Amino acid sequence: MSRLKKFRPGWGIVPIAIFLAIWEIVARLNLIPGHFFFPPFSTVVVEFYYLAANGVLGDNFLSSLVRVLIGFSTGSVAGLLVGTVMGWKDVVNKSLSPIVSLIYPIPALGWLPLLMLFIGINEALPVTIIFICSFFPITYNTATGIRTVDRNYIQVARTLGASDMKILTTVVMPLALPNIFTGLRLEAGMAWRVIIAAEMVAIPTGIGALMMKAESLMRIDIIIVCLIVLAVMCLSFEKFFAFLEAKLTSQWS
Amino acid sequence: MPSIELKNISKYICQNVNLEIFDKELLVLLGPNGAGKSTLLNIIAGLIDYEGSVLFDGDPVDQLPASKRKVGYLFQELALFPHLDVTSNIAYSLKVQKQARSEVQARVEELLQMMKIKHLSSRYPRQLSGGEKQRVALARALALAPNILLLDEPLSSLDVQASKYLRMELRQLHKKLGITTLYVTHDLMEAEEMADRVAVIESGYIEQAGELEEVFFYPKSEKVSDFIGAPNILDCTYCHSLGRGMIEVGCGGLSIIIPDDGNTVKRIALLPRDIYISETKPPGPDVNRFRGIITNINTTNETVRLKVKAGENNLTTEIPHHIFQDMDLAVGKEIFLILKLRRIRVYEDKEQAKENA
Repeated sequence: MSRLKKFRPGWGIVPIAIFLAIWEIVARLNLIPGHFFFPPFSTVVVEFYYLAANGVLGDNFLSSLVRVLIGFSTGSVAGLLVGTVMGWKDVVNKSLSPIVSLIYPIPALGWLPLLMLFIGINEALPVTIIFICSFFPITYNTATGIRTVDRNYIQVARTLGASDMKILTTVVMPLALPNIFTGLRLEAGMAWRVIIAAEMVAIPTGIGALMMKAESLMRIDIIIVCLIVLAVMCLSFEKFFAFLEAKLTSQWS
Repeated sequence: MPSIELKNISKYICQNVNLEIFDKELLVLLGPNGAGKSTLLNIIAGLIDYEGSVLFDGDPVDQLPASKRKVGYLFQELALFPHLDVTSNIAYSLKVQKQARSEVQARVEELLQMMKIKHLSSRYPRQLSGGEKQRVALARALALAPNILLLDEPLSSLDVQASKYLRMELRQLHKKLGITTLYVTHDLMEAEEMADRVAVIESGYIEQAGELEEVFFYPKSEKVSDFIGAPNILDCTYCHSLGRGMIEVGCGGLSIIIPDDGNTVKRIALLPRDIYISETKPPGPDVNRFRGIITNINTTNETVRLKVKAGENNLTTEIPHHIFQDMDLAVGKEIFLILKLRRIRVYEDKEQAKENA
């Protein structure tokens, strides 16, 4: 039993390995009609190596990463600030809530045509898209998180001599963390999905643009390399925030 | 000088409430749910706006925010901060006041020992039992050594045993610290064990305030009487010792035996639920057992109340529906009443009690 437990963490790799093996066999044995479009996994690995070695993958990845980091971090910080004020001050919430509720449901890519006209096709475009994609959900989640903190905790802190600012920073914000992290976690993955889509449509560099170029050359192997990079980045970003959330809240929540 | 005084306080259901809580006393605010008890606590703590005036030691504090009133408040829900461990919960107010680290540590240590929770210091609230949470919340409320302590039904979430034990501890703690305390409850038994004085509140109005004995034996209104269980109150015409720690008192033609503590008994009281009834003569010695005639039967949602003429008294007794249905009871029928000896409350001659003391 103890041995089984020991190996359990690695078990997640088993289904992936089986999937890759089946993929390799199916592609090698030409079991799928039109196999030209379906390279074996080993070909994808080799292509990954080439793209990494000649710097194409690195350059495009870096372009996408920088856009995501700038857009997501500015969007998150702004969302946290606005969401905090909205959650804490009733009058601000009543003023901004209708606007946020109206804009929040618009898919981030829906802004693309408008922003292409307003900003033009340059680096600011994908960053702005990511900013919008992060800002509204994080604002909404932060405000909700703060507003749903039990009023009793605030009242208790007041009787214990805490000022409003102290209550916000030492009681309300920590208790709103699970909600805030839900927003951050979901939007961190979403930022990657959105940047790829934006690059495919409007920007000539980045992983999304690389995929579009590969598509025009019918290079399925390169497309799959890009998809793998996208999957890994979405997962990594989400896991990072899940880890941070667990680190900050698992002891008490 | 009263330590807390409420003058013409109005808020929500409470209208023109006047109440004094004397220095170092424990006043129990007794009333049903929705009577305005918690509203009054929140007003004293400064957590809600109100009309009227609150005075601490004669000084109005209406302009002081909650954070400056130096009031310890134990909420009904306790509201321990879930993200802080026991030590940090207790230290919260001290850190907020920016006290030196060594002072904070020393005070927390003192409170942990006082509340006997030192072994819980690094636990989080979710890892504590109901009674443990209660102690931590109380330690947190006491951390700043407040002059006033407000307790809002602090034991309502505990089981009977834990509640009884903590009541005793709270009483001892109050004696030791001498903090003016306002204790809110809807439980008469809790009030009996805790109170120096009680104030009965009903629909936002203080119906009566005074010593529990006084409220019990001389209820000023039917609402007060109903709230404390509508006791049968009987005036005693004579009282003589039987020896062996018992006395016989005469009440409206009935001769009742009660425990003797050396003072003259003026009145006795017995709650309707503490009078048993029987259709046949009950076995055992003929003590505190009386014949009576049913004069009225009143059915309520929970129980059946019978008015029984016994001697010159009209006693009320209360039985559950299922027992009533099992018995063959009707107006005019003769039944037997059995008074529970240990449940008879006694109002003694105060002057004589003082002389004896």
